[in-house]
Amino acid sequence: MNIYADQAATTRISETAKKAMLDCMDKAYGNPSSLHTPGQTAKEYLEAARISVAEQIGARPAEIYFTSGGSESDNQAIFSAARLGAMKGKRHIVSTKIEHHAVLHVLKRLEKEGFEVTYLDVHGDGIVRPEEVCSAIREDTALVSVMYANNEIGTLQPIREVGRICREKKVLFHTDAVQAAGHVSIDVERDSVDMLSLSGHKFCGPRGAGALYVKKGVPLLNLIEGGAQERGKRAGTENLPAIVGMAAALEESCRRMDEDGRKVTELRERLIDGLLRIPHSRLNGDRKRRLPGNINVCFEGIEGESLLLLLDARGIAASSGSACTSGSLDPSHVLLALGLPHEVAHGSLRLTIGPDNTAEEIDYMVENIKQVVEYLRNMSPVWEELQKGERRYVIQ
Amino acid sequence: MLYSEKVMDHFTNPRNMGKMEDADGIGQVGNAKCGDIMKMYIKVKDGVIEDVKFNTFGCGSAIASSSMATEMIKGKPVEEALKLSNQAVVEALDGLPANKIHCSVLAEEAVQAAVEDYYKKQAEK
Repeated sequence: MNIYADQAATTRISETAKKAMLDCMDKAYGNPSSLHTPGQTAKEYLEAARISVAEQIGARPAEIYFTSGGSESDNQAIFSAARLGAMKGKRHIVSTKIEHHAVLHVLKRLEKEGFEVTYLDVHGDGIVRPEEVCSAIREDTALVSVMYANNEIGTLQPIREVGRICREKKVLFHTDAVQAAGHVSIDVERDSVDMLSLSGHKFCGPRGAGALYVKKGVPLLNLIEGGAQERGKRAGTENLPAIVGMAAALEESCRRMDEDGRKVTELRERLIDGLLRIPHSRLNGDRKRRLPGNINVCFEGIEGESLLLLLDARGIAASSGSACTSGSLDPSHVLLALGLPHEVAHGSLRLTIGPDNTAEEIDYMVENIKQVVEYLRNMSPVWEELQKGERRYVIQ
Repeated sequence: MLYSEKVMDHFTNPRNMGKMEDADGIGQVGNAKCGDIMKMYIKVKDGVIEDVKFNTFGCGSAIASSSMATEMIKGKPVEEALKLSNQAVVEALDGLPANKIHCSVLAEEAVQAAVEDYYKKQAEK
């Protein structure tokens, strides 16, 4: 059996998106900046995509800027807000400990340039507290950036409350909604968001296309200079097929959101129930306030990379927050932010599922994960120490 | 593929994996915080490593490195086992990714720790 359970890394492109892209490549081959007919046809495709994306998040078309993806959107939003803030003497930013690296690394760079960043705690449940956002905001706060949903543990952040606080305090609010868009309801008006990032390939669209929503009246600086594309805010010939594919995928995901969300949540619960029957395992992140398709668990006494490789050999494609898979020596910053010790964070497994997964696949995963965890524990000196009482269990 | 075929072979079919009740020397290196621990057991007869077993908590290359190291020292005189270098383990595995070289170092250290423990126990006799 081959099971794709790494939807948060990237999704398989939908038929709808694929068809829209092929149609675009066939009929809208011109450059949207050209005045001739093929160019203007391409321009029509581009603007139709803009209208469609705007509609799905409650925005106006003029508030949508197409980018190359989530990372670019995050970079532009934060750098822009920081630079504009600095001009007014505002050099403080409020964010969280569990942001995606596309946000965190930008913040680190700004810190080197003299900005001060407050990284809010997310407590044991992986959720930031609105009152803590409120008390972190200062006179010189240029921006608050809190992600809509976390990419590792799937926790949904209280965006509406944070948005309301920022509006009241007249501070710019950016949210990285890369994992949320197309999966949970987003409305930039309802949520009082000033800037929002999304990425096409997280909801069955293609890679290489993303969007940045910027509320009307909020100034935006360029990351890429060069041409008049995107109303002068993002130079470079538009990746039209990808943009059109992203718009089609977002429209479809949002249309099916309620139905798919119910189905995927049911599968998720079945998977969590099954995995938590494995002794000394725990679910990371709040069980209810999380994305429909996210499961993140830790198994004590084993290491995540070897777990992933053995699952891959059994046809299960998953992900882990262990150091070996992160490319650094430390395990996931998100799991550490939950207060997990390093040795437990190393034994994490992230399964992210979608509407195409089946109950049969869930049961296959539970059974195989159980076997592989048992196998790895049998060869683990850490497990031996835990069992002999020479080391204390962190997960009871 | 991240790993060579040799690494995958030793990872998926580890040789000499398990515990040893009557070991003459036991070595444990690494720490769980960093994500790797290796424990090696040796049985020595007439100065020769007659049997060897390992237990490892760690990534694919840590498990493969331990497995390969056990194969390389089994049947060898203890002095020779002490000379096992991490480079030799890496070469025998047809290479390891740059950020995984430390796994082979750990395998070398695990063998040394087991032999040292054996010497210590001999001296106590």
